Amino acid sequence: MNEQKNLLEVKNLKQYFDVPNGILKSLKLKAVDDVSFTIKEGETLGLVGESGCGKTTVGRSILQLYKPTAGEVWFDGQLIKSKKSISDFRKQAQMVFQDPYSSLDPRMTVSDIIGEPLDVHKLYSNKKERAEKIKYLMDLVGLSSEHATRYAHEFSGGQRQRIGIARALAVDPKFIICDEPVSALDVSIQAQVVNMFEDLQKKLGLTYLFIAHDLLVVKHISTRIAVMYLGKLIEIGPANDLYHNPIHPYTISLLSAVPVPDPNIARANKRIHLEGDVPSPLHMPSGCPFRTRCPKATEKCAESMPELKEVQPGRLVACHNL
Amino acid sequence: MKKKTASMPKKNPLSLQLDISKFEKANDEEKFLQQRMRESTTFFKDGMRRLAKNKLAMTCLIIVVFIVLIAIFVPMIYPYSYEQQLGVTAGQSVDSSYNNLKPFEYGETELKRMEEGESIFPHIFGTDSHGRDYAIRVIYGTRISLIVGFFASIIVLIIGAIYGAISGYYGGKVDLIMMRIVDIIYSLPDLLMIILLATVLKQTLTPVIEGTGLEKLGVGMISIFIVFALLYWVGMARLIRGQILTIKQQDYVLNARSIGAKGGHIIRRHMLPNCISVLIISTALQIPSAIFTESYLSFLGLGVNMPMPSLGSLAAEARSGIFTYSYRLIIPAVTIFLIVLSLNLLGDGLRDAFDPKLKK
Repeated sequence: MNEQKNLLEVKNLKQYFDVPNGILKSLKLKAVDDVSFTIKEGETLGLVGESGCGKTTVGRSILQLYKPTAGEVWFDGQLIKSKKSISDFRKQAQMVFQDPYSSLDPRMTVSDIIGEPLDVHKLYSNKKERAEKIKYLMDLVGLSSEHATRYAHEFSGGQRQRIGIARALAVDPKFIICDEPVSALDVSIQAQVVNMFEDLQKKLGLTYLFIAHDLLVVKHISTRIAVMYLGKLIEIGPANDLYHNPIHPYTISLLSAVPVPDPNIARANKRIHLEGDVPSPLHMPSGCPFRTRCPKATEKCAESMPELKEVQPGRLVACHNL
Repeated sequence: MKKKTASMPKKNPLSLQLDISKFEKANDEEKFLQQRMRESTTFFKDGMRRLAKNKLAMTCLIIVVFIVLIAIFVPMIYPYSYEQQLGVTAGQSVDSSYNNLKPFEYGETELKRMEEGESIFPHIFGTDSHGRDYAIRVIYGTRISLIVGFFASIIVLIIGAIYGAISGYYGGKVDLIMMRIVDIIYSLPDLLMIILLATVLKQTLTPVIEGTGLEKLGVGMISIFIVFALLYWVGMARLIRGQILTIKQQDYVLNARSIGAKGGHIIRRHMLPNCISVLIISTALQIPSAIFTESYLSFLGLGVNMPMPSLGSLAAEARSGIFTYSYRLIIPAVTIFLIVLSLNLLGDGLRDAFDPKLKK
């Protein structure tokens, strides 16, 4: 494992948005605040956190869909900053979107949707080659190539997500950001799609950043898991360790909320209820963002934001009270 | 299939035993027959199907097509031309018997020729005060009005769509400045502007177009087109900008950006196709309004050059003989009415058929 090189390195990524507040005044919305992590080649990093904590923004900032306020993204030993590096990067990193209904253009046929990345990067020499590539991609994700002339609205959610995945695979990428790819699907379809992600990873040697809020799905697919809260990364570690032995108070309460499909165990488990609401990202609490709801909060937590520290090999946690 | 059944032992017709031949595996050909692939409907086909169901819109479409066909083909085969003064023959004095003929009346020389057994094409709507066949003038005027309506709408569509798309797509300061320009143009009193422009352009353009093909068209026509190009695109630009702003928020645009598509590609492949229904509808509704504008400008004497007729200028001429020859006013007026009404109703039908929000 250690021999594998880092495919993606995110260093101190910050993404602030201006929110107008009165005339000529604006507040900073710190969607992503000082996030750093690395992803090794061939692994899957699961990114979890509640709604609005900035998971999706992390994915989009990495792909430079938003211009990051600060911080660096390194991919395959290259800094992604100049126009040239961004356009090269987009040939190797792709994104699968959350909502398979709105992320596909309703006026395009399936073959045009899948073929669009090929058109943009001019990856074929003639029409026949393009059609063959599209057929290959549709086979790869388990779609019948007879459906190439249909429109996206004629398909079910799972099939649409497969179209989205085929589109992401069209440029033969190394790295795919999966932005909650299964949360819009129902459970039986979720399993199919998640398994397909795993098969494709084995077959094509892909690396994933898998964003989700369903912890069970993330645990199933990820090598490592990163937990976010209010734009900050608070814990990161190998999937099994983190799942069975969470350290950060937020991760502990998050995992206690995972439903267990066994009533006896479920009754025995005590769910940790957090007090209060998530603070507004416009008015962040001082110090640790979690201190307003943390059962272990002390005065120190209000003063400074804890750094990510290695508490066990490969496990980084940001908390003062360990 | 048949071969196999023949090899089966013959069955007693009264036996209740199952017929085994019915349980054989289907071969590929039979499987293929079972496949029911629904024809994939395109957006356009779907809209046309809905339009075809709308009886009012279809009637209007037929009327419009009928008028267009008449305007295109009848002047080609008609025995008189719109500028030919029937009483005037070279080297002879003007035969005033041709002026102001009532419908289906003939001039003196024509009557003479008819007595000799020649058949003469009747003047269906009579002639005007200069002895020109009125029917062909109305038909030719319709042609001019339709051309103005059609091309003016195309100009409005092209300028408005490009301007609106750029403003909506780039947003921010670009949008702010471009939309303020639109607001300024919007707040100009258009009739005043048209009269001013037409007068100024008449002075400046006349020497420029002399001797070219444009001369026949007349300065008035050209200034009408220029007026449309300068003033009337703003409504279209606003409409398209609004559409683009909505589409810009859609996930599929973000998706296209994530694969590395550039601005031009996104506008062409995603944004314009997704607001095509709005484009079709508003262009369809723009045509009658352009025809209307042309008509009242011609009525005010700012339109086409004499002797070329347009429906508006025909109506204006008819004012002088409004009590004696009232049909000369009624005929072009009814034609304008028919064209504008049916195009408007057709536009409404198109909106019902193509607007996805009104989908039934």
